[in-house]
Order: sequence, then structure tokens, then C-alpha cells
Amino acid sequence: MTAPRSTDAPADAPPPGVRGPKRRGVELVLLLGAVLISVCGYAEVGLAHDGAVPPDAARYGAGLGLLALLAHLAVRLRAPYADPLLLPIAVLLNGLGLVLIYRLDLETPRDQAATPQLVWSTLGVALFIVVVLLLRDHRALQGYAYVSVAAALALMILPIFFPAVNGARIWIRIGGLSFQPGEFAKILLAVFFAAYLSANLSALAYAGRRIWRFQFPTWRVLGPIVAIWLVSVGVLVLERDLGTSLLFFGLFVIMLYVATGRTGWIAIGLLLAAAGAFLIGSVEPHVHSRVEDWLDPYASIRAGDGPGQLAQSLFAFAAGGMLGTGLGLGHSVLIGFAAKSDFILATAGEELGLAGLCALFLLYALFVARGYRAGLALRDPFGRLLAVGLASIVALQVFVIAGGVMGLIPLTGMAMPFLAQGGSSVVTNWVIVALLVRISDSARAPRPESADTGELARVEAGR
Amino acid sequence: MIRYIRRAAALCLLLLAALLVNAVRVMLVEAAELDANPANRRTAIARWAEPRGEIVVDGRPVTGSRDSGQQLRWERTYRRGPLYAPVTGHASQTYGTTMVEHAEDELLSGADPMLAPLPLWNDLTRGRSPGGDVVTTIRASMQEAAYWGLDGKRGAVVALEPSSGRILALVSSPSYEPGVLSGTGADVKDAWARLTTSPNQPMLNRALRQTYPPGSTFKIVTAAAALDSGVVRDVDAPTDTPDPFVLPGTRQVLPNEARGCADASLAYALQWSCNTVMAGLGVDVGLEGMVEAAERFGFDDTTLRVPSWVAKSNFDRVMSPDQLALSSIGQFDTTATPLQMAMVAAAVANTGEIAQPYLVDRTTTSGGATVDRTPRRTYRQAMSAATAFRLQRLMVRAVEEGTGTNAAIPGARVGGKTGTAQHGFGNTGTPYAWFIAWAQAEDSARPAVAVAVVVEDAEAARADISGGGSAAPIARDVMREALRLEAESRGAPGARGTRATEPPAPARPRGAPGARRAPETTRPAAPASPAPAAPAAPARPAPDRTVPAAPRGAPGERPSAPARKPSAVPRGAPGSGG
Repeated sequence: MTAPRSTDAPADAPPPGVRGPKRRGVELVLLLGAVLISVCGYAEVGLAHDGAVPPDAARYGAGLGLLALLAHLAVRLRAPYADPLLLPIAVLLNGLGLVLIYRLDLETPRDQAATPQLVWSTLGVALFIVVVLLLRDHRALQGYAYVSVAAALALMILPIFFPAVNGARIWIRIGGLSFQPGEFAKILLAVFFAAYLSANLSALAYAGRRIWRFQFPTWRVLGPIVAIWLVSVGVLVLERDLGTSLLFFGLFVIMLYVATGRTGWIAIGLLLAAAGAFLIGSVEPHVHSRVEDWLDPYASIRAGDGPGQLAQSLFAFAAGGMLGTGLGLGHSVLIGFAAKSDFILATAGEELGLAGLCALFLLYALFVARGYRAGLALRDPFGRLLAVGLASIVALQVFVIAGGVMGLIPLTGMAMPFLAQGGSSVVTNWVIVALLVRISDSARAPRPESADTGELARVEAGR
Repeated sequence: MIRYIRRAAALCLLLLAALLVNAVRVMLVEAAELDANPANRRTAIARWAEPRGEIVVDGRPVTGSRDSGQQLRWERTYRRGPLYAPVTGHASQTYGTTMVEHAEDELLSGADPMLAPLPLWNDLTRGRSPGGDVVTTIRASMQEAAYWGLDGKRGAVVALEPSSGRILALVSSPSYEPGVLSGTGADVKDAWARLTTSPNQPMLNRALRQTYPPGSTFKIVTAAAALDSGVVRDVDAPTDTPDPFVLPGTRQVLPNEARGCADASLAYALQWSCNTVMAGLGVDVGLEGMVEAAERFGFDDTTLRVPSWVAKSNFDRVMSPDQLALSSIGQFDTTATPLQMAMVAAAVANTGEIAQPYLVDRTTTSGGATVDRTPRRTYRQAMSAATAFRLQRLMVRAVEEGTGTNAAIPGARVGGKTGTAQHGFGNTGTPYAWFIAWAQAEDSARPAVAVAVVVEDAEAARADISGGGSAAPIARDVMREALRLEAESRGAPGARGTRATEPPAPARPRGAPGARRAPETTRPAAPASPAPAAPAAPARPAPDRTVPAAPRGAPGERPSAPARKPSAVPRGAPGSGG
């Protein structure tokens, strides 16, 4: 629906001087709102905890506002047609994440995470600006498919040589800085999948033999993808980072499906996932205990060992109820380890309640929807696949971790995008926002090019 | 490709829906269950996040709270903890609450919805009201008199206001410091282990939760049953009971400690505590009549709350005549809490009616506004008013010239009944000394106080243990304090009347030196001389003295006791003299 309109747009291109649908003003107003909400949350935490607004609330607000403004200016300068919702949502989620981390810092005086997180966020926004300024056209990435995949594999293999932290070898520690390279790998893999699939679109769609009701592509086409996927999953299993493994798998299946339209892929994917999950769940002790925990979060209570992390997390959500206890008034710190990272959502659930949690979920949903919309509006298959891939990364990540901490699926360590403590994650997410801004700019911009590509896209769309 | 993108988007929507539905499940549907999970610390954190409300005695709080700086922030403290422990109980973050701390926990912790300024206010704001205060009926000076009277000996004292049912003193001894259990941690665990394993059972509330064979004090109940049922029409007429008395259906002989009990009148039997007469009367009344009478006094009632629950006092419903005879003098399976026996005395004092005993006068918000006030209620009509008046006279006689002379208070009308209860296998256990009494100021329309004292003093020589010797002086001190307080409260309207009767109480004319706080000065004298400083010398030696002698000899004479209850019969019976 959007695609035809945008393809038609160049046909009757707006006359010069008439304002196009840039919506930068809307973005600025929304950004202001996002910053204000974050500052209010910051002040509320202070009021609830100490009875006074934190003295640096204004400074905090000014800093966040400045970051948002710079990002906005970069978008205004180089991506004037970008979707006006992407950046404000990212700023709001990041700001709320900082508030939640600051709130938890008050309970753990020896472990201050808000300031490092603020530094990482600044770095993330800087990277956002760099990407928006330097990457003039997302199609430039198409040429770096194999570089991307090589870099992704290298990043994923690297942490194996570093000591495991909390049962997972996903960190690189250099000095005081810890770094999770797998986070960046997911963007690189999305770029590779998008480039490779778009280049082999017709081969994937038509060639291959038919087994029962499923049409398979030839091994020549499918081989490299499956190989890459297997390697990445294998590496992740070795590193015991099941969350990311699940994410890559989901990303792979979704992109393959979008590229080929074969429901068979979904079926095979689900079968593979089920088999893999069962195998790993029963063999690997680290994962096995997670599954046990998920099946019965209260087993440790009955055993007299007190509540486990998941039980504590569920207690926190339950304590939130409909409206929450109010920022700064909950006890999610009882979760203990990883309360600021993997379990940050429990704090949101307890202190903001179901209402606040739904708002958060809807923010993510809106963000993902905007990514998909950009994909729909584009005409080049690479851009489409990349937009869908990046949006799906966020969607899957939210589902995997939110479902995990709320007892919907087995818990796998993963960062809630933008909210959770974790530098690599925040920086990566800002790059995702930058790429989506770039793609949505291409999708919404009036196109002076010929209608050839547009026709092609329409034919394909009709198929 | 567009169609597939839409489908992928639909998948994402499905994931979102799953998350939202799951959120509703966890946060709304299962929330109450999760909140109530004992492993969830939130309830405890919220409960101890604010200072607890206070328990007030005589206008002053006997509790407090201390900021521990821990996760469970405010810990309970107690002022004069051991003195008031049987009233307050403890409020421990580790071991829960007992007594008033338990019964009024919702109010004290602020969870009571009645404390909220508006209905549902706390549900809406998710707040908790500041804890409310509990104002007790205890009078501090009476509590102290009872506490110092027991002086660490094992025993209990309960004092009631007969007309209202207010519990004026509630003492269990030895007591404990409830504050040592307040917090969390190793110290508290050690203290708990120490208190729960101590052979003295300091945490046992003997006044409400321990039952003792009531011994001769139960004869009041038997007498009431005999009078109400018409078995005895004239208290001064001789009854047809031989001495010694053979238990019906057996060959066992029930001896007396007192003399002159053969065919003695009810009046004489109560005055000198004749086992034979009372056992015979119990058999004459019959099982049904005795059970009914006992239940009218509150025996076999499992539902009594003051508001802490009270242990059941027992009077068997199925017995053979010989067992009934023994039960009628407070032996065999008959047991009673000190509160129950105080209610017996109160029934006599209050013309047969027992007012529902209660410990909490009213509850207030932290600001002092009354939340709830305990109304006066009738518990039961234990006997007819006429019977009560006759028993009053008989109990007064027992104090004026009988077994209870140690309880006499000049200037006041005091009625009492002693008891010495045998217990243990073969009655080898140290006997319990009982005394129940009531007192009425001469210028007052009705008795001011009814009291029950039990002393289970394992350390004293057995000869010292008798209701009249050990327990009566404690009862006297408590009653004297009650009379003084009553006179004070009447002071304003009838100052001249008060002045006239005042001297006896505070002046302590009977040569018992020392403040009312130190009744122990009188206590050692009591066992030594049979009639310690009593105003009127008894006509004959007080049976107090002879009583313990018999049981002491008894076990020695019959070393091979048959097995169970009936075995205790011959020995249980003689014990209940005094």
C-alpha cells in the first residue's frame, strides 16, 4: 500500500518550493517530549528516594537534550525524509533505561552503572551521527557482504579466547572495559544475509527440487547461507550465549522467508530450532538449568534455597500490578545479579506497572513497525531485506528477553534494547537506528530516478 | 516480497500479543498468589518499613521501634518487656508474632483497612497507613504487684474487673524479654533456641495457655451446681456425707485435710475445704448437672479469645461416679487456666454473670482517633444471682475465718478460696498452690476485682505450697492495688467517701512493711506462721499447714501405684485440701 504510493510519488513529483513530507518538526517535538519524560522520571526517582529532585536533573536533561538535538540535526542535514518516529523512540527508550539504571544504582552504592551507561549512550549517539553523515546510501553496504560476514565471524570467535563470565564466553575484557562483540555481529550478519539473499533472489525462488510439498533451492545457493548460519550458531553454543543464538536463528528464518516466500522454510526452521533446543537443553548443563528454571521457577523455594532469579523477577512483576509501585519505590533489587542488565524489565514492570510495561512494549512495537514500513516502501530488495532484518533483530531481542524474564520462554541472557545496562548493546542499537533512519530516508524521499526499478518492484510485489 | 514482509510483521505482532498476554498473566492474574509467596520478601519489607503501632498500658506505650538500617527496617523494642510479655507477646521479624502483637497485628502493622482515611484509599495509593495503637485494659501497678508477688517463681496471675470483664493484670512467670526476638540474624536465632529449650518455658503464657488441675478452687463450681440444682437448699444444713468418704463403686477412701467434715454443711465445707462433702455433693448433682455447671463457667470452651486465644479448660463429659467425685474437687482430668479460675471468682463477685474477659480496651489510629472499642458483653450466666450471693458470703467466711485468711484486706470485703492441686505420676509432682478471690471496697456497690493466682513452685519445700500460704498473699497485694485504683477513680465524685476508706490500702496497717512493690517481704512469713498477722486469730490451726503434710506422706505409704487415672485417685484426692 505504501510501496505503490511512494513509487508513484516521483511520477507526479512535488513542485519545487512545496514542503515535502519530511516531518522534521514533528521529530523535534517528539524528541523534546522524550527528553522531558526521561527528566521527569529522573526527578521522580529522586523524589521517591530522597524526597528531593536530584541536583543534577537539569544537567542530565540538558545533556540528553543536547545529544538528541545533535542527532536530530544530523538527520535534518543528511536524511531529511527519514521516519520522524525512529529517533524519538530510541531517545525515549535510552533515557528511560538510564533512569531505571540510576534508580537501581541507588540500591547498590558499590556498583554504579548509570554513568558508564551514559558514556556508552553518548558514544552510541555519536556513532549514529557518524553513520547518518557518512553513509549516504544504504545500498553501499551491499558490496561489503563478505567483508561483513568475515568480520562477524571474527567478532564471534574472539571471546572464546577470553575467560568465561557467568557461564558465557561472550565478553572481551581489556583493562576495565568489557565488551560484547557478538552484539555488533548481529548487524553484520543482517547485512550479509540481506546482500546475499537479494543477490540470489531469483535462484532461491525458482531453482531446486521439490520434496513432498516443499520446494527447496539448490544447494549451491543455500549452502553458503546454511554454512554461515551453522558456524555462527555453533560458535554461540560454544560460547553458551543461547539468547544471541536464538536471535540469529530467528533472523535467518525471517529473512529467508521474506526473500523466498516459502512457508517450508518456516517449518524447517521451526523443526531445526526445536531439535536444536531440545538437544542443547538436555545436554548442556548451563542451558538445562535454565529450562528447569523456566518449567518450575519455584522449585528452589520448595527446596529451601530461597527464590531463584526468575522467581524474584516474577515476584517483581507481580508486585507491580496494574499501575506499579512508582519509580524508586519497588524492590526489584532483590533479583540481585543482573538486575540492571538482563532483568531491567522487572524494575520497569514493578515500578511502572502493567500500564508502563505495555507502553514500553508498544514503543518497541512502533519502532519495529516503522522499520518494516521502511522496508515496504523501498524498492530495492537489499534495502527491504536489511530493513526487515534490522527491525526483526529488535523485535526478536525484545521477545526473547522479555519472554525470558516473565516466564514465557526459558531465560537466555540478552540485553533489552536501549533499556538494559551494557555498552556494546547500546552502541549497536544506535547503529541499528542509524541504518533504519538511512533506509527510511531512502524509502520516503521523492525519487528523481526512472520508474524502471519501481516497475520491477511492483511486479515482484504482485507475485 | 511485500506480502512476505507483511506476514513477517504479523509474526512480530503475534510475539507482541504473546508478551502482552503473558504480562497480564503475571502481573494481574497470578499477582496475588506471587505476592503471597512466603519467599517473596516484599510483604515483610513493607510490613517493617514503618514503625509499628504501640501497645499502651495505663496511658503509656510499653513498646517502641528501633531503626535497624537493615532491609527490614524497624525492629520492635519493649519497655519492661518481661513484665508485659504475657500481654504483648513478641513481634519478631524471624519468628512471627504472638499474643496481642499477633491478635492485633493488622492494626499495629498498619495493614488494617480501618486505618485508611478513606475506604480503599490504601489499595489505590498502594500506601500503608501508619500503625495504629492498641490500648490495653491492664493496670500497670496491679501488673507489677502480681509480677513482684510471683518473684520469678513459676506461676501466673490473672485479675479481672468482674463487672466489665476487663483484664487488669495478666502475669506469667518466669517471663522473657520479647525484644531479643525482634530482629533477624544469629543473635535472634540463639535467643530463640535458648528460650524454647529452657526448662522453665519462659515463653509459655501460663495465664492463658497453661492448664492446671484447679484443686479445691473448683469447689466453688461444685457448690454453685449444688445450690442451683437444689441438691443443697440451706448452706448451713448438714449434708449426708460420711468422713472418710468411700468413692462410689470403689473401695478407695477419700480423706480430708480439714477436721469436722463428717456430714458438714456446705458453708463449713467451703470454709475449711472439706473434700468429702464437695465430692459427695458432686455425685449428688450428677454427671449431667456437673458438666452443665462447669460449662456455664467456661470449661470446655475452645473459642474463648481475649483477643489472644485461651487454652481450653477441661471438665470431662463422660465419667464414672468415682471419677465424678474426684472431678468435683478439681482433680482427676479437671484442668483450668488461671484465666478460667479468675472467671469463676468473677462470676461469684458479679452476681453469677461472667462478663466476656478482654484485654484490648480500644484501638486507635496513630493520631489517636478511636478505630474500635471493645464493648462489654455477657459471656455466660454461670449461676443464679441468689446462688452467687450465698457463695459470696461463704467465700468471705473462708477469708475471714478459714483457709484464706492471708488474703484479708482491712476495710474491704474479700471472698476467696484456696486450692492445692496434686499432679504428676503418683502425685509426686510438686503440688500447685491456687488462690482465687474477689474484693469489694466497703463503700463500693460492687466488687472491684477478681483474681486467680497459681504458683507451681518446684523449689520451695512442699510444706510451703498451699493456696493459703503461697498464693493468697499475692492475690491480696493485687487486690489491694485494685481497690486503691478504684478508690482513686472514684475520688472525684465521692472524695469524702474515698478519704474514709483510703487509709487501709496505702497505709498497709497490717505490719507488712515495704512498698506494695515488695510483697516478698510478707511472703516468707506466711509459711512460717500459720496465721500471719491476720486480724482475727483463727479458732483453730489453719488447715493450710496440715494440708501438705498428708500428700507428702501419702506417696510413701503406697509406693506401688496402679497404672492410670484411677491410680491417681487416692492420692489426687487428699491433695486437694487447703
